Amino acid sequence: MADVAAVRPAEGAIRSWVALYRSVIRNSMMNSLQYRANTLVDTVLMAAEPVVYLMVWQIVAREQGGEVDGFTPGRFAAYYVTWALVRTFTQTGNPKNWERAIQEGRMSGLLMRPIHPVHQDLGLWLGFGAVRAAMWIPVGAVLFVAFRPDYDTNLLQMAVFAVAIAMAMIIRTLLNALVGFAAFWVIKIGAITSVLSTVELLTSGRLVPLELMPAWAQDISWALPFRWAFSFPIEVLIGPVSTIEMLTGLAMQAGWLAGICVLLRLVWSRGVRRYSAVGG
Amino acid sequence: MSSGDQPVPRPGRPRIPHGATVAAVHLRVSFLNELQYRSNFFLQIMQSVLQAVSGLVVVALVFAKTTELNGWDRSELLAAVGVFTVVGGILRTFVQPPLSKMVDEVQEGSFDFTLSRPVDAQLLVSVREISMWQLIDVAVGMIIIAVATPDLPSELSITDIAVFLVMLAAGAVIAYCLWLALACSAFWVVKPPYMDNLFYYVARAAQYPISIYPTWLRISLTTLIPLGIAVTAPAEAITSRLSWATAATIAAVTLACVAISRTLWTRGVRRYSGASS
Repeated sequence: MADVAAVRPAEGAIRSWVALYRSVIRNSMMNSLQYRANTLVDTVLMAAEPVVYLMVWQIVAREQGGEVDGFTPGRFAAYYVTWALVRTFTQTGNPKNWERAIQEGRMSGLLMRPIHPVHQDLGLWLGFGAVRAAMWIPVGAVLFVAFRPDYDTNLLQMAVFAVAIAMAMIIRTLLNALVGFAAFWVIKIGAITSVLSTVELLTSGRLVPLELMPAWAQDISWALPFRWAFSFPIEVLIGPVSTIEMLTGLAMQAGWLAGICVLLRLVWSRGVRRYSAVGG
Repeated sequence: MSSGDQPVPRPGRPRIPHGATVAAVHLRVSFLNELQYRSNFFLQIMQSVLQAVSGLVVVALVFAKTTELNGWDRSELLAAVGVFTVVGGILRTFVQPPLSKMVDEVQEGSFDFTLSRPVDAQLLVSVREISMWQLIDVAVGMIIIAVATPDLPSELSITDIAVFLVMLAAGAVIAYCLWLALACSAFWVVKPPYMDNLFYYVARAAQYPISIYPTWLRISLTTLIPLGIAVTAPAEAITSRLSWATAATIAAVTLACVAISRTLWTRGVRRYSGASS
């Protein structure tokens, strides 16, 4: 990643941003392709979690005479197969990576570069996500054959899905950074991350489709970012979804992204002043 | 070196410590080491409880929609979630941390120092780095089991509980062997799979008793990843559905796992070439 530092966004703004992201993404893609067996194993195993949930709910649907709250086994399959794709692409590390960078003093090196470290992180995960999404195709094909998902999808939904999954990925990456930057103030962010990851598990639609949750839980999830960064792209792709719902979702994503960016700026500018390291 | 048949006693050197002593000393050091970080204790309580909550939420949601899941009713599945939490806690305490460290050492070459110690290397890598606070998961899991047991359809006998404990131990051994076998891949490949990720995903798959799954998945979970057995056997014991035939099979599987993983280990160590010096 040494060549990244050579790109200076200050001169010729847009062109250098493109060049910057292109080189970071390329680096990251090459890195994950170098260890492709590992990346593939990781992708395959990542499918284990949704398959387990899917099995449980398909059994429930069958025992209830074919459906649960409108979900047939085929609809559950559509939900969880898409789940696997969204999870593969939006799996963007962990706030603890930032904690480690701050604790071990590696942040010093990142600070020397003429760009905000978040950009490098984003590029890194975009590249990694792209490779994994490509490797997901055979996994998805197997899931398709095994579980016969029932989609209600048109071209517009596919287009919106592409935007929504990209936005979801960016929101998650920046949110991780935001939480990780708490390490400027506290030594261990484990308590914060464990609470947040449980809230995310419950309100993002990862554990069960949000429609199966009680109404009050759905209301809470509506107001939190996690649903927009996970369940929303799935709902768009599996349909049926109205144009209003799609627009609302995209607007919520844009709103959360803007809010997180503002917070990130604020936290970063204060946190980085507290940062001190020896060596690094 | 002496050329005679009798080993010459060397009075100046300390006797090579016995395996059990080494294990005890390492456990004690790990224990003391973790005691330094007392705030981790509270952090771990929080994490264990939150993790258990997410397992319980699924049970609650599933049983809000149905009354039984392929023959498992609510209290039985609750007990199974408890067993899963206990087994997971045992693995995260005794199995995952030391074997992850071993993989790192093999990659970096510092495994030399482990091999050169005068004690069985497998024993040594297995008893270092015990994450004691993770035992809280075991406690949380036991609480869940205790809450579930009064509602279980069949009365628990002393035999059930004894069999449960034996199956729990067998499950832990199977899981250990599986992890050791995975860790041994570090001797052959440059970049072994991300152990922690593997652990997480496989644990997710083995979260529920395998008997709720369709046959094809059940077979692959028990043959490809015997971890399914590790969770299911104790869960079946505590819900009084374990047959003696299954128990015998599990005993055989456990022995086979021990033998296979030990063979892999000795072959792997022979391949290890070291990276330092």
